[in-house]
Amino acid sequence: MKVRSLEDLEKLRGELLAGGRHKQVMAVCVGTGCVALGSQKVVEAIKDEIKKHELEGEAEVRETGCLGICELGPMLIIYPDEISYFNVKPEDVSEIISKTIMRGELIERLLYRDLITGETVSKVEEIPFYKYQSRILLENNAKIDPRKIEDYIAVGGYSALAKVLFQMTPEQVLEEVKKSNLRGRGGGGFPTGRKWETCRNALGKPKYALVNCSEGDPAAFKDRALMESNPHAILEGLIIGMYAIGAEEGIVYVRNEYPLAVEHMELAVEHAEKMGFLGEDVMGSGLSLRVEVHRGAGMFVSGESTALMSAIEGKIGEPRSKYIHTAERGLYDKPTNLNNVETWMNIPLIISKGAEWFKSIGTESSKGTKVFCLVGKVNNVGLVEVPMGTTLGDVIYKIGGGVKGGKRLKAVQVGGLGGGFAPEGMLGAPLDFDEMFKACGSMVLGSMVVLDDDTCMVDLTRYFEEFLSEESCGKCIPCREGLRVIHMILTDICNGNGREGDTEMIRDITETMGEASLCALGKNATNPVLTSLQYFGNEWEQHIREKRCSAKVCKSLLNYEISSKTEKRD
Amino acid sequence: MKTVNLKIDDKEVKAEEGTTILEAAKQAGIDIPTLCYHEGLDTYGVCRICNVEIERRGRYQMVAACCYPVEEGLKTRTRSPKIDKIRKTIIELAAVMAGEDVASRMRVLASEYDADLSRFRSRVPLESTKCILCGLCVRRCIEANWDSAIGFVGRGIYRRIVLLPEKAGICSTCNYCRDICPTGRTCSAFGPDPPFTKIDDALAGRK
Repeated sequence: MKVRSLEDLEKLRGELLAGGRHKQVMAVCVGTGCVALGSQKVVEAIKDEIKKHELEGEAEVRETGCLGICELGPMLIIYPDEISYFNVKPEDVSEIISKTIMRGELIERLLYRDLITGETVSKVEEIPFYKYQSRILLENNAKIDPRKIEDYIAVGGYSALAKVLFQMTPEQVLEEVKKSNLRGRGGGGFPTGRKWETCRNALGKPKYALVNCSEGDPAAFKDRALMESNPHAILEGLIIGMYAIGAEEGIVYVRNEYPLAVEHMELAVEHAEKMGFLGEDVMGSGLSLRVEVHRGAGMFVSGESTALMSAIEGKIGEPRSKYIHTAERGLYDKPTNLNNVETWMNIPLIISKGAEWFKSIGTESSKGTKVFCLVGKVNNVGLVEVPMGTTLGDVIYKIGGGVKGGKRLKAVQVGGLGGGFAPEGMLGAPLDFDEMFKACGSMVLGSMVVLDDDTCMVDLTRYFEEFLSEESCGKCIPCREGLRVIHMILTDICNGNGREGDTEMIRDITETMGEASLCALGKNATNPVLTSLQYFGNEWEQHIREKRCSAKVCKSLLNYEISSKTEKRD
Repeated sequence: MKTVNLKIDDKEVKAEEGTTILEAAKQAGIDIPTLCYHEGLDTYGVCRICNVEIERRGRYQMVAACCYPVEEGLKTRTRSPKIDKIRKTIIELAAVMAGEDVASRMRVLASEYDADLSRFRSRVPLESTKCILCGLCVRRCIEANWDSAIGFVGRGIYRRIVLLPEKAGICSTCNYCRDICPTGRTCSAFGPDPPFTKIDDALAGRK
């Protein structure tokens, strides 16, 4: 069936909602993380149990995307009561069905247990991990099966597209996005509305709109989780953007290492075409729009806009100079608008609820919420969404439940390989593009890695620079050779061969890399080194001068003694 | 073609729209050093030694002169202590793999910018390649043959230039890449084979 008007969409939504009203739904996370923990087996077990007890009319299972606390997966939420169970195993399923589904009884051992008080909590929203978040983009994750367009429509999906097509001109859409002050979630923090406007005003046809889902940082998985869990929201944002910009073609670039994200996005495009949200005559508006999914080879540098475009063109994914904006001359030298997955996902919300609503969330310079991956030595590892302006400390202690094993926090690594380290003293810093730029030189806010006292900052910096030296495209001299030398010097320092003057040499190189590198990878590659030097200079000194590693990580700097005593020594 | 007015150092310069700062400077008789640029070949923009400082709307920015298109009212500085220091560092970085025993353009620039070719190289225990991966020979090969007998493989610090043996038959008559090398590596080669590692050897980890 094709949806050809606003009325069609509303009618369909009504029918969908009426159909599932009386059922209990068990939402099980089958995102990449929980699948690895066996959630697919849980789903199969639930299906078997439902059949066994002939509960088809009263209960069903919903396979959803990421539900948040990866640490405690597989996770299950039972609607409409919003009872949540954690660490669910296939063996637990028959009890869940016979007790909770059939008799409404809670199973104590599967509930969330507070880390401090030891009390159990049954409702999702009462769990501290969720209580302190504002899950706007992630809200629907538990309510939809990403493979079913009907689920997305039932929660209000494609209403924003209908509003845009039937009630707004492209200029009005552009104005609304500009007014919202939405800034790019991929790394640059550039105002999205202004980027769209440049592309809209640029000469040349056709125009392209691109989704960047080439996420390569070792600690980041937010774009994957978003695309796996709610692909239609991204697609709806993209279609609205194409309408506003005047682009006929949209391309979703996903790295091939994200098979589930690729699969869900391809399905989403197929279903959207079938329902008439894409293709010829979109929703009866007369507009023709095409979207395709491009699978990337997964190079780290392919996330850079010009490299991504080269890759789509079939060339090697290497950056080129960007002095003429890609909004004017991008893919195939045509005006191209590239936004991050999360940026696109904000668009339907801004259109539905208005720019004023969006502006009411966040700080003066950064509006809305931010999704990121909370990982490292923190109790609640998972996918988190908070309003811009939330402090690092609140995220780590209130949502994350503090440092694992009660250890002392040493630093937080914000923003992946192009980001920097923030020491304990900066936990009061708000998550905000400009404040984070001041704190750690980066506007990339995709991941937050919590580091405890067992981490050697020099060794970790060495690891970062090693990764970057292998993942840089290697085209320009400052980046390629700069990273090679910095990595060599850091390796020397960690092996006890550090010399006086090493830090000055590194500073000279970073200055040149920052000013002269071809693309942002080389420019930002200096952030981990510079913040490490700035905040943990004493550790560097220790390694270079005293040949000592206080975190006991650098093996060459450890002395082993055989003691005749049996007591434990520190 | 529209003409734009810009200022390079203290000179008022007129240039055609669509040309680069480097081309405009050359026409005005101002020298900007380059290693990976050749006027007959596609611009590649990787040596970054042609970095100049531009002023736009009150903000200063370093850009590669070989890629940056001229604009009306653009102010450019081609020499300053900061620019010179960056160029010196780039030459010293280029020498990390190229080695100290370089000739041609690289040697000239090293002495002009007082670069110590062993400064960073002394920290990297790798055999010199005499190559800065400027890609001039690769681009010249494409121009000469409409195909490339030599090309890049690998990325990051593993990037290198290799010979593709099945296409190398042409090399016995071509030798077009010979005089273009800024470190003197390909000029020293005589005979039909250019001094590039064969791709099979490179992939197998042989030199």
